[in-house]
Amino acid sequence: MSDVRANTPLLEIDDLRVGFGANPASASLTVHGVSLRMDEGRIVGLVGESGSGKSLTCRSILRLLPDRGHIVSGSVRFDGRDVLGLSRAELLAFRSKQVGMIFQDPFSSLNPTRRIGSQMVEALRLALGVSEETARGRAVSLLDEVDIPDPAGKLRMYPHELSGGMRQRVMLAIAMGAQPRLLIADEPTTALDTTTQAQILRLLRRVRDENATSILLVSHDFGVIAEMCDEVVVMYGGYVVESGPVEEVYLRPRHPYTRALIAAVPTLEVPDRDYRRPTIPGPPLGTTRYEGGCPFAPRCVNARPECRDVPMTLVPIDDVHAHATACPFEGRVSA
Amino acid sequence: MVDLISRPRARTRRWTVQSAVGGTIVAVVILAAVVGPLLSPWPPNATDVLASLEPPSLRHWMGTDSVGRDVLTRSLVGAQISLVAGVAVTAAALAIGTVIGSIVAYAGGWLDAAVSRVVDTAIAIPFLVVVLATVAILGPGTVSVGVGMVVVGWAVYARIARAEVLALREHEFIMATRSLGYTSARILLRHVVPNVVRPGLTFATMDVVAAMVVLAAMSYLGFGAQPPVADLGSIIAAGQPFLLSAWWISTLPAVILIALGVGVGLIDDGFSLRRKVS
Repeated sequence: MSDVRANTPLLEIDDLRVGFGANPASASLTVHGVSLRMDEGRIVGLVGESGSGKSLTCRSILRLLPDRGHIVSGSVRFDGRDVLGLSRAELLAFRSKQVGMIFQDPFSSLNPTRRIGSQMVEALRLALGVSEETARGRAVSLLDEVDIPDPAGKLRMYPHELSGGMRQRVMLAIAMGAQPRLLIADEPTTALDTTTQAQILRLLRRVRDENATSILLVSHDFGVIAEMCDEVVVMYGGYVVESGPVEEVYLRPRHPYTRALIAAVPTLEVPDRDYRRPTIPGPPLGTTRYEGGCPFAPRCVNARPECRDVPMTLVPIDDVHAHATACPFEGRVSA
Repeated sequence: MVDLISRPRARTRRWTVQSAVGGTIVAVVILAAVVGPLLSPWPPNATDVLASLEPPSLRHWMGTDSVGRDVLTRSLVGAQISLVAGVAVTAAALAIGTVIGSIVAYAGGWLDAAVSRVVDTAIAIPFLVVVLATVAILGPGTVSVGVGMVVVGWAVYARIARAEVLALREHEFIMATRSLGYTSARILLRHVVPNVVRPGLTFATMDVVAAMVVLAAMSYLGFGAQPPVADLGSIIAAGQPFLLSAWWISTLPAVILIALGVGVGLIDDGFSLRRKVS
C-alpha cells in the first residue's frame, strides 16, 4: 500500500453546513460547519441530543437528506473522492457498494409487504450483480454471520414475524451484503431492550474486527459510545463542541456540555437514597432562538457574557492526542 | 402502525356470516354466467319470431323476448359482458390511478401540485358528462363507455394512493432502500406501490359494482353494448315496452344486477365487521 493511500482518511467531512428551505441559498442552517475524520477500521461515535444535527450529518454522507434539506456548503470526501460531486449514477453505486446504513427503528426499516429473502436477494443482486441463486446462498450465510438461527427458514418470513432484535440483525446483514467499507449506524439500539442492545453492539464490534469495516455510530447515550468507540465527536446545536479519542474525552471532558452529558449516564452505584442524577439545566435545543456564539451558553453552568461571541472552532488541547474542544474558557474554569 | 405490525398473529375467522352469504351469491352468479350459456340449448342472439314473448316454461325457463330470444341465456351472456367490463374498467382505473398517484406523491413539488389539481377537477366534473363525451368521440359501444369511465375513474385511486404514499415516504424502510442505492423507479414500483395498493383494492371491490351499474345505465340509454350483443342494461331497456305484458324480460337481468350489488356489499360489510372486532 502506498503512503498516499495510508494518509488518506476513509471519510473526511469538512465544514459541512446543512439547512432547510426552498433552496440552498435561503435555507436556514441546522448543521453549522461540522468537520470529522475517520480512518479505516475505526469506530467513531457521534453523540449529542435530539436536534443536535448528528443524524443530518451522517445522512449527508449518502446525500440522503429529507425533503427541503440541502447541503449548503462544505465537503464530504470518501477515500479521497468528492461525494457531493458524484453524478446520479455514481451516487447510486456509491450507496449500494461502499457504504451500508442501519437505522433506529427496526420495526419500520424493512418493507412489511415483502419476505426477508426477497428483500435481501434484491439488495444483493443489485450490489454484487450476481444471479438469484448466488444471492440466495449469500443471504443465508449473511444471516448466519449475524447469529440468526435457521437462516434459510427466516428467508421465507415476513418482517412482522421477527422480533426487533432479529430485524435489526437482518438490517445489518443487508447493509453488510456488499461488504461496504463504511457502516453508518444511526441509533441502532435506541428502540431495543437492554439485553438485545448489548447483543447488537457486540455484533457491530465483531463486524469491525472481522471485516475491518469502519463504523460511524450515532447515539445519544454516552455509555454506549464509551463502550464501543475508538474516537468520539460530541455535537450540540449543529456544532461539534468536542472531539477526540474516547478515553480522553470520557475521562477528561473539556467542554461543559460533554461533562454534563457524561455526568448524566446512569451508574449502578448510588451514593445515598436522596441522590439525584444531575440533569442539564435550562431550555432544551430548539426552544430558544439561536443568536450566534456558543449554542450551549443558555444552559451552561459556566456561561459568561463573552460566550455570545465566541467562534465555534475546535481548538486542540494537547499535542499527544487529537483532543479538541470548542470552548475557549476550558482550563480556566474549575474542572 | 408499529403496533399493527408487531402484534403477534391472532387466529381470526376469515369469514363472517355476512361475507359468506355475499360470497355465495356472487359465486353463484359468476358460475351461472360462465357455465349457463355453455349448457343452454339456445344461442343468445338467434331470433325466432314465431316464439316471441313466450312466458316462462320448461322450454324457455325465463321466457322469450319480443323477437323470440331465450331471456335466460341472453341475460347470462349479458352478465358475462357486464362482469368482464366492470372488472376491466375498475382494474384499469386502479392500476393507472395508483401508479400516477404514487409517482406524483413520491416526486412531490410542482408535479404533485399540478396532478393533484387535475385529480380535483376529474372528481368534480359530473361522471356521466365525461362518459357521454367519450362516447360522442369514439362512437357508442361497451369499449367507449369503459374508456370514458377510466378517464374519470383513475382520479379517485390516484388520490387514495397519494395520501398513502405521503404517509409512507418518510418511513425508514424507504430511506433504507435509498441507502442501498436503489433507483427511484425501483423504489416506487417494488416498494412503494405494493404498500399502497391495498386501500385502493378495498375501494375497488365496491367500485366494480358501481362500474357495472354505470355500464348498464349507459347500455340502457343505448350508448353501451350495441345490438345484437346485449349486456344487462340493454336487455332491461329492451324489455321495458313490454313490462306490463311480458314482465320476465326486464326482471331477470335486473335481479342479476341487484344480486351482484347486494353480494359484493355483504362481502365488504363482513370484512369491515371483522376488522372492527379484531
